[in-house]
Amino acid sequence: MSTHADTAHAGTTQHPISVYLWIWLLLFVLSAFSYMVDYFHVQGLLRWSLILVFMFLKAGLIVSIFMHMKWERLALKLAILVPPLCLLVLIGLMAIEGDYTFLTRTATFTP
Amino acid sequence: MAVETMSGHIAPAGVVEGLPGVVTDFSSDKQAFPVHWGKAMMWIFLLSDTFIFSCFLTSYMHVRMSTTVPWPNPSEVFALSLGGQPIPLILIAIMTFILISSSGTMAMAVNYGYRRNRARTTALMLITAGFGATFVGMQAFEWTKLILEEGIRPWGNPLGAAQFGASFFMITGFHGLHVSAGVIYLVVVALRVWRGDYERAGNYEVVEIAGLYWHFVDLVWVFIFAFFYLW
Repeated sequence: MSTHADTAHAGTTQHPISVYLWIWLLLFVLSAFSYMVDYFHVQGLLRWSLILVFMFLKAGLIVSIFMHMKWERLALKLAILVPPLCLLVLIGLMAIEGDYTFLTRTATFTP
Repeated sequence: MAVETMSGHIAPAGVVEGLPGVVTDFSSDKQAFPVHWGKAMMWIFLLSDTFIFSCFLTSYMHVRMSTTVPWPNPSEVFALSLGGQPIPLILIAIMTFILISSSGTMAMAVNYGYRRNRARTTALMLITAGFGATFVGMQAFEWTKLILEEGIRPWGNPLGAAQFGASFFMITGFHGLHVSAGVIYLVVVALRVWRGDYERAGNYEVVEIAGLYWHFVDLVWVFIFAFFYLW
């Protein structure tokens, strides 16, 4: 078992420490940027897109480098990364529903 | 009729019946993912956890979209006065940096594990757990401040939409629970590394599996930070 595991991981385990230090620094910078978005009161569409861009960059770095997803085989990548896509349906449905509830409330319960 | 299995044995088809037959049918003598079983299982657990946190964040989106009362401004709610001047969101920013640092030390612990460096792996894992405990401590401070000073409750608050408290306590509470469990998990694995368990077993994948969980906790925080605190 151990020999199998070792050979399967030969590609994923031999990275220099500097890789992690660089990603760490990058995550720090990206977090600082997202904090700056709030600190300098960026508003509206620009605020939301900046927040999302920094969020997805950070999430991508964590999953691909720190969690070693980059060096896994495609079968595992697909098995883990594709199913969450169906959450988009949930988010879409709930957004429509939330909008509808808001309209109903303003129409019916406005003081 | 005979079927040749991967191990080379000739087995007559359909001899295994009942529940053991179900097991043989599903396993069919091949492995889909060429990784340690614990790692595959941890990934599947994290996938299910992704759905749980996504449900929380989606319900938060729903209540925030549907409320007719203004949402409290998180930038002001989570501001801290340092030197007489309120700095927006500063505690949350520090918590973010602490959690990212813990992810960095965890990634290095995994790396040193595969290099068979027992002392550094143990030390880095304990540092990671220390960062995690600090994070939970700061969260406790944040909760105390919100409950006692701002009067925020799950059913209402003086700042605006009542759903703010419910979403906040549910999401950050569940995340904090994950961090706390992760700290215990990391300390247990670190002590086993130090004791030499994985040296004898000949592989350090257990450290990487613990690392996966820890990085996931950090990953969830990235989304909570973006959607709850910054949005």
